[in-house]
Amino acid sequence: MSALSGTRAEAPPRVVSWPRLGGATLGRGLVTAYISLMVLIPLAALTAKSAEGGMGAFWTAITNPEAIAALKLTLIASLIVVAINAVMGTTIAWVLVRDSFPGKGFVNSLIDLPFALPTIVAGITLLALYGPKSPVGIDVAYTRIAVVMALLFVTLPFVVRAVQPTLLELDREMEEAAASLGARPLTVFRRIVLPSLSPAIISGVALAFARSIGEFGSLGLLSGNIPYKTEVASVFIFGQVESGTTASAAAVSVLLLCVALVMLLLIGLVSRWSLRHGR
Amino acid sequence: MSIVVENATKRFGEFLALNDVSLEVPDGSLTALLGPSGSGKSTLLRLIAGLEEPDAGRILISGRDATAVAVQDRGVGFVFQHYAAFKHMTVYENVAFGLRIRKQPKGHIDKRVHELLSLVHLDGLSGRFPSQLSGGQRQRMALARALAVEPKVLLLDEPFGALDAQVRKELRAWLRRLHDEVHVTTVFVTHDQEEAMEVAEQIVVMNDGQIEQAGAPRELYEHPANKFVMGFVGAVNRLGSLFVRPHDVEILHRPETGTEEAMIEHIVHLGFEVRVELVLGDGDGLWAQITRADAQALELEKGQIVYIRPNRARVFDEDGSGPTTEELQAA
Amino acid sequence: MAARHPLGKYGLRFAALGYLTLLLMVPVGMIFYRAFEHGAGTAWDSVTTPDALHALYLTVVMVAIAVPANTVFGVGCALLLVRTNFRGKALLNALIDIPFAVSPVVIGLSLILVYGSTGWFGSYLIDNGVQVIFAVPGMVLATIFVSLPFVVREVVPVLQEIGDEQEQAARTLGASGWQTFRRVTLPAIRWGVTYGVVLATARALGEFGAVAVVSGHISGQTETIPLWVWHQFQNFNSTGAYAGSLVLALLALITLFAMNVSKRKESSA
Repeated sequence: MSALSGTRAEAPPRVVSWPRLGGATLGRGLVTAYISLMVLIPLAALTAKSAEGGMGAFWTAITNPEAIAALKLTLIASLIVVAINAVMGTTIAWVLVRDSFPGKGFVNSLIDLPFALPTIVAGITLLALYGPKSPVGIDVAYTRIAVVMALLFVTLPFVVRAVQPTLLELDREMEEAAASLGARPLTVFRRIVLPSLSPAIISGVALAFARSIGEFGSLGLLSGNIPYKTEVASVFIFGQVESGTTASAAAVSVLLLCVALVMLLLIGLVSRWSLRHGR
Repeated sequence: MSIVVENATKRFGEFLALNDVSLEVPDGSLTALLGPSGSGKSTLLRLIAGLEEPDAGRILISGRDATAVAVQDRGVGFVFQHYAAFKHMTVYENVAFGLRIRKQPKGHIDKRVHELLSLVHLDGLSGRFPSQLSGGQRQRMALARALAVEPKVLLLDEPFGALDAQVRKELRAWLRRLHDEVHVTTVFVTHDQEEAMEVAEQIVVMNDGQIEQAGAPRELYEHPANKFVMGFVGAVNRLGSLFVRPHDVEILHRPETGTEEAMIEHIVHLGFEVRVELVLGDGDGLWAQITRADAQALELEKGQIVYIRPNRARVFDEDGSGPTTEELQAA
Repeated sequence: MAARHPLGKYGLRFAALGYLTLLLMVPVGMIFYRAFEHGAGTAWDSVTTPDALHALYLTVVMVAIAVPANTVFGVGCALLLVRTNFRGKALLNALIDIPFAVSPVVIGLSLILVYGSTGWFGSYLIDNGVQVIFAVPGMVLATIFVSLPFVVREVVPVLQEIGDEQEQAARTLGASGWQTFRRVTLPAIRWGVTYGVVLATARALGEFGAVAVVSGHISGQTETIPLWVWHQFQNFNSTGAYAGSLVLALLALITLFAMNVSKRKESSA
């Protein structure tokens, strides 16, 4: 049900003559105006600014060594993070759906904590725990591990919440049929459950990736934002904005945005593909 | 392979699904577990399969204790009411599944799959996905899939319950023929007494987690152990303490010994038979089933007063079970 | 099936719970610990300074404007998407999802490019005395941007599921469009709306990056609580930072609770 699960499955809408034409047109007009003002225009300005110096300036901006280092770190860290999420997220979803233990309901609600908690707070607490002055003696502050940790925190819910509803609806009898045919539990998981779960996992991964490459608040503190070492793309852009080189910031932003949009496109394609195979 | 269930008990939370149930299924037989919803028949089947574990009791397959054996290793083939088709695999891959995980050589798998698809009349459809098949076709695929690994026992859980009436009838006959050909010990679950009577060699009637009676269809029909079995396996009228089948109700125009007065409320011509709905003097209703020829000969009309007499009846103990006495009256 | 393989079952449970403990529960526990490390009194004092209180005030203002605006938009937009047909519906759908894809700093940057002194509308607005960037209006716009999709995305599936037959019935009984909406549609979608509002509120409360860029984070003037917390941390006022974090964490936990309740009501409706 949650939008953040990324599914776009919908039956073609029943077209009703509601409201009478005038109401609909007015509504459409208002909605268009609102979203244009709030979303479309700012992004248009961004794109325009990034193209301001022509393709040459754009290229220079994104090939600036610090930018490249930041982008590389962002992409690699995000890939690592979503890979971990694919595994752990599925595991957590499995345990929450198939297992039962006292306090399960509590743990289930806790999954949404990264959605509810401000990113800056996430950053501070991870720093408190796994930085200098850490009570457990683990100090990974100002390292790339810190970047990965912060990203793992903020992307936790995506795969879990994408997989849970699919897992709930899974036909248990398919697994029983496979077992009756001689398949061990691991084989059943690999050949029967996983193929059914993969669209959901991919959706979750794409959403997590899009979120991860743009993440800012939680990284500011823990990673220390050392250029070329622990500076991610969003922090790089922030620095550029603060120092006034907005065109270059805009160029890198547009690049980042395109990557994220491609991810969202992927979800749409995956869900349409899985629908076609009659799931 | 024979199956023996010894004193099996199974609970789901508070609910007692099976209460100390014992059963013998002879090798090569075709047995039906018949009963209403909640009677425990599906639970018993799943216990035999190993999909559930009994809380008490044993399951023996071919004389060996299989209670602790996992479903993977029991050599059972299981067919589900809603097919449990592997949606993301083609028909071919579905049927080949059991063989593939046993790492059998590709040539052998290919031969066997096509053999089975022919058997179930699905050749030519091997490249389709389950979502592209009709219900009847999906169930036949499920059967082929279960048979592919040459199970010792074939278990079917309300296999035709999700299908149209016409398809159901066809598949019933088809299952019987299949059993004649393949001779695998087969047990199927149904709530439809007509289906059980038509297909099975042995029927096990269950109610409330217990076995009421087990025997051949004819045995159950003519010598039911208690009123539950009698009522479940066929239609029954109650005349005081007598239980009478509608076709054992004789209609006469004149009172004779043993007859009771009744008025005809309604006559229904069902084509092949005639149903006469009657009301007795004390207000109780019953119905008689007579042939078209008899109905014509008697010239029955609505509102007529006639005299009815049971040709055969059964009497059961107070609690509806236990030893019974039969009353036979001269026709 | 897992019943016969207790090792697998407990192994999975241990892995999942262990991961969650390390990543979620222990860090949150830390906030409580660090906030009260120097006593409750110090903690209280640190979050009741004039700057802190102003930050609180601004945070409330953000939420009080952004969430209702996005709710009205959200419901209207959902109705449009589900109950009517028009060209450009796919585009609208895509636009609504954009806030999920854009990094907060990029949002801040684009707002500066529109409303900043050299922006598209910026010069015109500033000449007329309206300051958007480095001022509250800009922060509001940023907050609206980030919390935009939530109500729409929660109401759309609910509307699809309930179908329009009830609304049709109401119209055959003589109800006008507005009456139908108020008496039939709105009650039917109320838990979807509630859940969306809760999500939007949580997002608006916690927004950091976009507001940081747009506001210039001027203490006592253009700081929300998240920005204030960051500032305290930069200035080594750790008690203040953690106490502020505690406030935000408590709000987050309340939000989680509200999410839980409305999600359950949504699915049982």
